Amino acid sequence: MDTELILRVSPFFIEAAWMTIKLSILTAILGLTCGALGAAARLSRLAVLRWIAAIYVSVFRGTPALIQIFILYFGGPQIGIQLDSFSAGTIALGVNIGAYMTETIRGAILSVDKGQTEAARTLGMSRWETMRKVVLPQAARMMIRPLGVNISAMIKGTALIAPISVVELTYTAQRFIGSTYKPFEMFLLSGILYMIIIYVVGQGISLLDRRARIT
Amino acid sequence: MGLDFTVVPDYFGALLMGAGWTVAITICAGLLSFFGGIVFAVIALYGHWALRLPVRAFAFLFMGTPLLLQLFLIYFGLIEVGIDLPAFAAGVIGLGLHFAVYNSELIQASIPAVDKGQYEGARTLGLSRGQTLRRIVIPQAVRAVIPPMGNNMIALLKDSALVSVIGVMELNLSAQQAISRTYRPFEFYLAAAFCYYIINLALEAGLRHLERRIAASR
Repeated sequence: MDTELILRVSPFFIEAAWMTIKLSILTAILGLTCGALGAAARLSRLAVLRWIAAIYVSVFRGTPALIQIFILYFGGPQIGIQLDSFSAGTIALGVNIGAYMTETIRGAILSVDKGQTEAARTLGMSRWETMRKVVLPQAARMMIRPLGVNISAMIKGTALIAPISVVELTYTAQRFIGSTYKPFEMFLLSGILYMIIIYVVGQGISLLDRRARIT
Repeated sequence: MGLDFTVVPDYFGALLMGAGWTVAITICAGLLSFFGGIVFAVIALYGHWALRLPVRAFAFLFMGTPLLLQLFLIYFGLIEVGIDLPAFAAGVIGLGLHFAVYNSELIQASIPAVDKGQYEGARTLGLSRGQTLRRIVIPQAVRAVIPPMGNNMIALLKDSALVSVIGVMELNLSAQQAISRTYRPFEFYLAAAFCYYIINLALEAGLRHLERRIAASR
């Protein structure tokens, strides 16, 4: 283990970790938005919306995220979408994780006891009121943990943005493996940073989950 | 530059070949992840501490880091210690070990759920500890987690696109080669995505069939 080298390169890795954090935050926001919209569409009364959402989920979960990133970044200019690698990576990964989150959110909503909906409707609440006041508050508690699993998978997934040259953790590790020929050190350095990020996010989600349970 | 899909059929053979390699990698890595998962699970639960600790540390490290990073470690790390594996083998090992860790977690959770009476019954009948594990406990524990392991297999198929970065000539890299000659990334990546989607559908159908058969045999 070459500790002197590790100390020398670690500032680059810290900076790269910050980029991974930024990518993760933006991707998570976009993913949650797509997931919420997707779930709403999947549970919609309009058949067209249900169909569109089902196709969205099937296509984005049925093909590799890396290919989706490549289509947007390299193929985008051909159809008039010119994006820098950071935006292309974030958007492609966010829409991709949104497909997984669609199913997570939909599952949580469907897991709310049907009797709750029936009772609320019998009491004269509208469909929308029932959803907003009865179903969603209960579903929200149930989706925190599975969405947390989606998010920690997504944080590791941000490594897929490395091949389009966004200088995040995996890209930095790859570059330093190439220049120093020290794969184990570089792996450990970036691996530890990934695990710290995932650990902190995981703790935050557990906290949120515990709070949601108490109230 | 608009879209022109007429160039895609010219590279049909190359893409098909790439798809074949993707299927081959998925099968090889899938088998490695299946058997590796069982071995890791048994070591993690019953192994001597000198084996158990490294396996647990390895699992911890591989669950917490991205697959792409692990592929770089295995490919360049093996070269560093003097083992120059072909890219295909390195890709299979990387993918296989990554998913073996996830399968191992599933099996580890499932082994204690096998009825204790099964274990006691086998021991009473004179089977050794190892025989009981191998013939009675593990087959039942593995069968119980076939559906989630199937999900891992589907994830493995899609993640096999990553081994292109260490130079394995599979579907993604075949598309990239066609692109470097035609400068038509949109068309070829879309064609590759289409191939992945078809393979994915076939794999899902196969897994559903397997699950039904297992459910029926119970």
